Amino acid sequence: MEIMGNLGVLLALLGAVLAALVAGIGSAVGVGMSGEAAAGVVTEEPSLFSKVLVLQLLPGTQGIYGLLIGFVTLTQIGIMGGSSDISVIKGLLYLVACLPMAFVGYKSAIRQARASVASIGLVAKRPDQFGKAMIFPAMVETYAILALLISILAIFGINGLPV
Amino acid sequence: MAKNKNDYAYAVARIRSKELKLLSASFLEQLLSAPDCESCLKLLAEKGWGNGSFERPEEMLSIEENKIWELMEDLVKDTSVFHVFLYKNDYHNLKAAIKELHHRNGFPGIYLRHGTVSPETIQKAVAENHFGDLPEAMQAPAKEAYTALLHTHDGQLCDVILDRAALEAVYQAGKASGNEFLSLYGELTVASADLKTAFRSSRTGKNRDFLTRALVPCDTLNITELIQAAMEGTDAIGKYLEKTPYREAASQLNHSPSAFERWCDNLLIKKIRPQLHEPFGLGPLAAYILARENEIKSVRIILFGKRNQLSEESIRERVRETYV
Repeated sequence: MEIMGNLGVLLALLGAVLAALVAGIGSAVGVGMSGEAAAGVVTEEPSLFSKVLVLQLLPGTQGIYGLLIGFVTLTQIGIMGGSSDISVIKGLLYLVACLPMAFVGYKSAIRQARASVASIGLVAKRPDQFGKAMIFPAMVETYAILALLISILAIFGINGLPV
Repeated sequence: MAKNKNDYAYAVARIRSKELKLLSASFLEQLLSAPDCESCLKLLAEKGWGNGSFERPEEMLSIEENKIWELMEDLVKDTSVFHVFLYKNDYHNLKAAIKELHHRNGFPGIYLRHGTVSPETIQKAVAENHFGDLPEAMQAPAKEAYTALLHTHDGQLCDVILDRAALEAVYQAGKASGNEFLSLYGELTVASADLKTAFRSSRTGKNRDFLTRALVPCDTLNITELIQAAMEGTDAIGKYLEKTPYREAASQLNHSPSAFERWCDNLLIKKIRPQLHEPFGLGPLAAYILARENEIKSVRIILFGKRNQLSEESIRERVRETYV
């Protein structure tokens, strides 16, 4: 009965956790993958460290976006302070609102890492083309930002709904 | 081989840097225009070839071959994925051991260091006539070649048996790898060897039995038709090639035997070139091994051509296309 009474906040919390967890896993895998490639280049050419480091870090942003969505959700549902008495429907809506960040964050981090690894290879061969090399993985970031935007708009919008 | 291709991210990134140090076509031109072998050695030393001290050509080439495998051992924990490239060395060593025993005479420097089995194991197995110490696939051809040489004293028959076994090993290893690139390598190795054998056999008037024994079946060639064509002459081989993916080779056949062999090697280099843009997987590593072996082959041709005072044109005809 206690669980049923708190089902709303439980669902909303699940959404917050998924956003941070799934996007975080994607970023961890992505940064790890591009880190391996970066280490390979630095083994042969230590002077390229700063350039490949930037490329390695690009897939790390999805984890930060996931954390942000999780944090905003926790604030909205009162877990960070205030009342956490929210309806089941509202809890479900928060859960759904967090999903774009969770799934797009995960997938885009991994795809961005693949683009980063390819760009690290490009920098290894043509260090003067670093600017162009950075654009390719950065393009993937667009979709993580779009998911962040829609999740944030939805989370703030749910608060005012009469459900 | 079922390994996640992303596991090679570190290795491929290192290979990308290493590719910058591969010899370019313009550098090979520079070597070709050098007045003698010593000048070539100096140019190569400036490029980082050898170990920094003055070396003879053989030593320099051997050092470079060692560098390839030292790098691969550094990059890949389990180098068995590259066995497909080493079988030819195993069978070369087996051939050397059998012939050495047959001649009852030791020849220095005839064994190749990098193989799936150590030259000492092969030597011991042949000397003791105990082929059970060799890998299973090598046992039967080793015994057959040993017996054939002992009974017939026919060195060519021994070569044919072991060359065929080597090609079969490469072909099967390529197929079994499940890797598209290694499978292609196996296919092209066998196809180019078959074409070279058919061409040479046709010119030297070998009979059908010899061809049947020497040629190894593969996906892109119909061995029965190739044997028939080889029996009819080099023109017939050219006509047969028109029906295969190797139709461009037909024109090379009319040019010269070395031009044809060069075409076969260049075909492999052309096929591996897309690996220059592949950021993951085993393909770029395997392509690098082949590229290095190819450039060592070209440098060997130039160095020994210069040493034997061959004309620049004659050497150029034999120099292979570069990977980069």
